[in-house]
Amino acid sequence: MIKLTDISKSFKEISVLRNVNVTFEDQKTYAIIGSSGAGKSTLLRCINLLETPTTGEVIYNETNLIKNPKEMNRIREKLGMVFQSFNLFAHMSALNNVTFALRKVKKLSKEEADKIAVLQLTKVGLQDRLNNYPHQLSGGEKQRVAIARALAMDPEVMLFDEPTSALDPEMTQEVLKVMKNLNHTGMTIIIVTHEIKFAKEVSDVIIYMDQGEIVEVTASAEFFSQPKTERARAFLANMI
Amino acid sequence: MNINFTPIMKYIPFILGGIVITLQVAVTGALFGSILGLLFGLSSRKKGITGRAVKLFVDFFRGTPIVFQLMFFHYGLPQITGWNPTVFTTAAIIFSLNSSAYLAEILRAGIESIDKGQIEAAVALGVKKSDISLHIIIPQAIRNVLPAIMNEFITLTKETSVISMIGGSDLVRRQSIVSGTTYHFFEPLIIVGVVYFLLNIVLSTIGKRIERKLNYD
Repeated sequence: MIKLTDISKSFKEISVLRNVNVTFEDQKTYAIIGSSGAGKSTLLRCINLLETPTTGEVIYNETNLIKNPKEMNRIREKLGMVFQSFNLFAHMSALNNVTFALRKVKKLSKEEADKIAVLQLTKVGLQDRLNNYPHQLSGGEKQRVAIARALAMDPEVMLFDEPTSALDPEMTQEVLKVMKNLNHTGMTIIIVTHEIKFAKEVSDVIIYMDQGEIVEVTASAEFFSQPKTERARAFLANMI
Repeated sequence: MNINFTPIMKYIPFILGGIVITLQVAVTGALFGSILGLLFGLSSRKKGITGRAVKLFVDFFRGTPIVFQLMFFHYGLPQITGWNPTVFTTAAIIFSLNSSAYLAEILRAGIESIDKGQIEAAVALGVKKSDISLHIIIPQAIRNVLPAIMNEFITLTKETSVISMIGGSDLVRRQSIVSGTTYHFFEPLIIVGVVYFLLNIVLSTIGKRIERKLNYD
């Protein structure tokens, strides 16, 4: 369980998150949606403390991450993250992108790490791309390597930060297909996305944000048929 | 025109012997300069007192001529400290510090050229800071600025010629001794010029090799 309480975040004078409270339960899939600038990505980045909230607490299971910075690397192992811009290590092959943390963080031998990496890259359909460098891969392939890299660590939670925003529609589909396979495999999944249709399809819960606030947290089916708030209704009306 | 190598033939081994000290100083300077430069380059990312101290250090060594630095260390400081370093000690220390200052600036640019997303990705995977520096930042930073680094090594090799100013028995010093004895200037100077040129051809060939090796494009 991930619990965010009273999270606020400002960059200089600009307030990006205002007093956000939300709990993510285990094994559920959450989609965070809302217009650009609503604070979705910042909220996601507060979960693994890529952004440190200005105020508030981040609690992962029993651990208060803000008060236990020394625990942070141990916890981050369990929080896989996938970024909008892929962020692959440019000087490493697809295989080594996946094995790097296995070897440096999990301290696996090269053979063990390679075995896991090949397995994960095969799962995302890249068994023929093991030795290719990031610049030799398409956007969709890069993002699938990034997903394999995160999954290889055997995380309890997967954080997706607009994973398809930098991709054309065809590549978006190949990445969404991979993500769909992760659904209900025992991980908690939190996705920041503009793909409303995809959010509706995979998520158990929709978190709708606007102007740095969580406007509503509603079961997915209910959100799309009868949103609780006027703001969500207006947002959905604009989307369709 | 009266070029005649015959009178200086017997001095050629003596002149070429200067290559030893030139190389000793250049290699020591390049080696310790690289290690220190890397540390300084990495710490220039830090804010606060370390970052400021490094900046001051870099500014000092880039902002004063190396001849001054050598003379100050060799003749100036002993007046206060009472310690008289040998020519080689002075040269090794000053060239290491001087090239570390230039390399720190070069590597800082290389470090800043790496997109922050890769570092975030590594942080998110739980990778330690030292592993991020060692395996993500440094290899890519060095690759991005390798031509500038090689340029610094070539400059360093050429600049070692100023150790003759503090009595170092390098190529230039030996040439002037031979010229003083034989009254021939052109021929010994040609020899010195050719030696420096060849040394740096070798260096830049090595540099190109490394560049090609690091290239994964």
